[in-house]
Formats: sequence, C-alpha cells, structure tokens
Amino acid sequence: MTEYTERLLTGPSRKDKSERMRVVWLIVVPLIAILFQVWVPRHVYFLQYLELPLLITVHFALGRRGPISSVFYGMAIGLAQDSLSHQPLGMFGIVKTLVGYFASSVSQRFDVQNPIVTFILSFFFYFFHEFFYWVLARALLGQAMIFNPEQTLLFGLLNAAVALPLFHILDKLKVAS
Amino acid sequence: MDFFLSRYRNLTVLLIVIVAQLLLLAYQVKSNNNVALIRVWAVTAVTPVEQGLELVRRYTWGFVEDYFVLLGVRSQNEKLQHENGQLKLENHYLKAELSTADRAQALSVFQAHSPSKTVAARVIGNGTGANSKVVFVDRGAVSGIENGMAVVTPDGIVGKVVDAYPMASLVMLITDPTFAAGVISQKNHVRGTLKGLGQTKCLVDYAQNEEKVDEGEWFYTSGDDRIFPRGFPVGQVSSVRNGKTFKEIYLVPSGMQGGVEEVLIMLQGQHLQIPDSATASSGYKILAAPNDAPGEPVQPTGQSTVLTTDADRLREQYKQSGEAQHHVFGEGLPGSAPPDFTKIQGVRATAPAARPPETATQPNREREAAQPKPVTPPAATPVETPAKAAAATAPPKPKPRPTAPILVTDPTDADPDAPPPAPKTDKPAKPPGGAQPPSGNP
Repeated sequence: MTEYTERLLTGPSRKDKSERMRVVWLIVVPLIAILFQVWVPRHVYFLQYLELPLLITVHFALGRRGPISSVFYGMAIGLAQDSLSHQPLGMFGIVKTLVGYFASSVSQRFDVQNPIVTFILSFFFYFFHEFFYWVLARALLGQAMIFNPEQTLLFGLLNAAVALPLFHILDKLKVAS
Repeated sequence: MDFFLSRYRNLTVLLIVIVAQLLLLAYQVKSNNNVALIRVWAVTAVTPVEQGLELVRRYTWGFVEDYFVLLGVRSQNEKLQHENGQLKLENHYLKAELSTADRAQALSVFQAHSPSKTVAARVIGNGTGANSKVVFVDRGAVSGIENGMAVVTPDGIVGKVVDAYPMASLVMLITDPTFAAGVISQKNHVRGTLKGLGQTKCLVDYAQNEEKVDEGEWFYTSGDDRIFPRGFPVGQVSSVRNGKTFKEIYLVPSGMQGGVEEVLIMLQGQHLQIPDSATASSGYKILAAPNDAPGEPVQPTGQSTVLTTDADRLREQYKQSGEAQHHVFGEGLPGSAPPDFTKIQGVRATAPAARPPETATQPNREREAAQPKPVTPPAATPVETPAKAAAATAPPKPKPRPTAPILVTDPTDADPDAPPPAPKTDKPAKPPGGAQPPSGNP
C-alpha cells in the first residue's frame, strides 16, 4: 500500500470536521437543483443532462455520519423529482434512496474530500443512477426505454466534472457545529 | 430480533424505505391511479416559481443581451462599427419581433380557422429526468384542461396532456419513448402507430412490409387513438426500410421544428379530411383543381356547339338547312321529298381544313404536280352538278330514283383546286321535265 492510497483510506472525511449544513440549506439547495433541472435546460439544451439533484444527494450522503439520514434525504429528493415527471411516484425515489445509502456507506471508508475520489464517486453514482432507473423502468413498468452506455458514460464524466466545483461551493455553506 | 435490528439497523431502514416505495409504485401501476396530492403540492410549489423566472427572463434577458452585445461592438470598433452594430442590433430585434409576431399570428389564425376548440398555452418548463420529453405549460384545469387532451401547433401535433394541475399542465411530447398515437400516411393510407424514441425522430410501427410508404411522404393523425382528431399533420418520412415483420418508418415531427414555445391545447377536437394531393414543393404555385358546376350537364360530343371537324360543320349545315325547310331527318320514307340541299352554301368556305396544308413540303407539291390530275367536269359545283348532268345526259323520267350523286355534294370529296361553287340561285334547279331533285337522307 502506497503512502497516497494509505492517506486516501485513512484521511479525514467531511464528517470529521463536524461541519453540518443548516437545515434551511438542506431544503433550499435541493429545491434549487430541481428548479434548475426543470427550467434551465429549456434555454440551454446541453444542460439537460446535468443531474443536479443526484449530485446534491451524493454530496449530502458523503458528508453525513450515518446512512439513515442519507436514505431519507435521497428518498425525499427522488420523490420530489418523481412528482414533476410523468412516471409513477417512486422511480427516482428508489434510485436516489439507494444512491444515498451507498454513498454514505462509501464515505465511511474513503477520504471523500479528495477531488479524485469525489470525481470517481460522482461518475460512478451517475452511471449507477441511470442504469438502475433504466432497470426499474423495464422491470417494474415494462417500458421499452433505451439505455445508451456510451452516452451515459460521457454524461457521467460531465456530471463528475461539475460535481467538483459544486461540492466546493456546498462545503462553503457548512458551519461548524 | 433486537440484536438483528440493532446490528443491521441501516440495512433494515433501507429495506423498509425501498419496500414502501415499491408498494407505492405497485399501487399506482395496478390501480392506474396517481398519487395526486403529492404531485399537486410539488407542481403548485414549483410552477409559480417557473412562471416568475420565465417572466423575468423574457423582460430582462433582451436588455442584458443588448448590453453585452453593445460592449462587444464598442470594443471592436470605435465609430463605424458602433453604428453598424447598432443597426444590426435593431435589425435583429425587429426580426425577432417580426418572427414572434408571425408565430403568434399564425397560431391565432390557425386557432380562428380550426374547427376544433383550442386554448393557447406557453411552455414554461421541462420535466425532470435526463431522457424525459415532457414539458410544463402555463394552462391548467382552471382553463379547462384535462388529462388526455391533444396538444398541437399549426405545423403538426406536439403531444398530449398527461397531468392537468390547477394552474399548469404536464405535456408529454411525441418524442417521449412512452408516447404512442395512431397515424395514417397521405398517399396510400398506410396505418401505423407513432412511437417516440427519445430523440428528434419518431418511429411509425406496425405498418406491414408489403405496404408502400415513400420517403418524404406525410403522415397524418388517423383519429383511432381518440386523442388526436383525424387529419392533423404529424411529420414527414425521413427514411423507410423493411423490418422483420413491420416496416421501420422514421418521421421528422413537423410540429416541433424549431422548438416548442407556444402550443394549442384542444378542448374539443374536430376530425379533418386528410389532403389527397401531396404537399407542393416550395417555390411552385399550383392552381386549384377545376371546379365543374354540379348542375351543368356535359354535352354529348355530337351536340357540341364547338365544331371541330369538317364532318361536324357539314352535318350542322345540313341540319340547319333541314330545319329551315321544316324537315325532320330520319322520318321520310324512301322516295319522299327531301329537303332542298341546293340552298346550302359556303360549304367550301367553312371547311378550310379540307385543303392540304400550306406548309406542305416542296417535294410533295412537285410530286402532286407531276401526277396526272383526274378529269373533272367543267362545272363541278357540289350541288348543281348532279342535277345539270342528269338533265343533260339522262332522258327525262317521271320519278328518278334517288341515287348516289348526293355523295358528290360532300365537299370533302371534291377537288380542292376546283373553282368555287356557282353563285346561289333564287330558284332551286329543277331537272327538265319536272324531275325532282334527288332525295336521300344525308
């Protein structure tokens, strides 16, 4: 094990700093993310593939001590997304619940403040999110949705690239508890 | 049990949450019923913000854009470029205004002339999800919008309302992968089902391989889905190929060209006829089809007032001559008194086409001149010649039988180079001995 990987595994995570986001930001930030997803792509079409609610979920889960709060946070964001889509309620909810749980579990083992880890995790969870949504749509709803792996990988990279500055901004909103 | 729950507390909570959502999902799918309350709350919370943002953007973005463009122009050039930039800006602004006015006018004209009852709406936001093709419009149940209503533009169909909220509605676009509608082709009336692909093009499915669909052909709504009225344009075929069982027909939707901004929601649809003829290519003006008056009977060829051949003209002259003498053709028995055809005049003058064409080639003329001309009687008038000849040669008979000489009166049989007919006489020529002129039905 090299020194870098050792630091990667044992380094301080976000939760070690005992910084928490205010409750109001916990509500406002996801709302802004959903509003962004609803309104901005109408005028900047390219940004349609930016999954900000997912990135917010990942950021919250990486910064929390226990997975349970991340599970409920992901579920709430997912259901809010579902309510603005034409799909039955629960599709985004289930996927984001799982994302919140896994992200929170991963954050207990890695130094999630490392930009490379953040990038990889954001990329992975975007791909997982899209793939699992596709699986649910096919398995539970019987919809013949199209899953394009190359396109999803590309958009995963895009979302991961956006996640780095976004997480940095969101960290600024935290206050020491 | 307690040990299990405390040991796997996180996993247990996760499972409970997942199962709860699965049950919620199953309930919705099985009962085909949405959990309306949560959706209404979310949409009611989000759409006013969207409307506000859209309003602010509409009234501020133009000024901001002008400001930045002006800054760029000023940096590029000091004087002339500045003036030029201002003119360009003004031109751009006016064009945009004109385009907006044209679009709004087209929409209002379509709305006024369409037999369907519609409500105009503006798109204010997209749905969530990377691949979703749904949009929010600023008209809801308060405006009479209901689920399942068709959404169109003057250029074609756009989608259908999937959720109607009090102040807004969710519209599924025809490019959504779960969208389907009945369509029919224009030329051969091939029926199929329009399906969205999540891309800019759509697929027409369930059209047999044996049926004929051409590229560039238009598809219209068939009205079979009970959502879209029949006869609304859907799109033009971009590519066709045979599949395993059904044809793979890809359409470019016509109603979504250039984005969807303003739409019409059909409160009451009215079926239309599918146009028969293909849409004319731009740049060519095609006249309307001739419109025959329904009460106007078509005249038989024989009774046409426009005479086109020499035979027609001759027949008409005989007929007029007979009518002038109160003779009905076809009623006289053989041997009865025929009309006096000697009163017919100008037969040759009215039949110029009987002459050989003036543009005959010179070799033909020389050949005709070289041929010996048939000997013709000196006074080969079409009418008087038979009588005079008969009077000069034949002995007087009390009642000469009608013979063939009547055929000689046909000007088409006469020599075109013969002299014109003799001037008309007031009295009909009678053969000596009181012989009557030859009779016969022409």
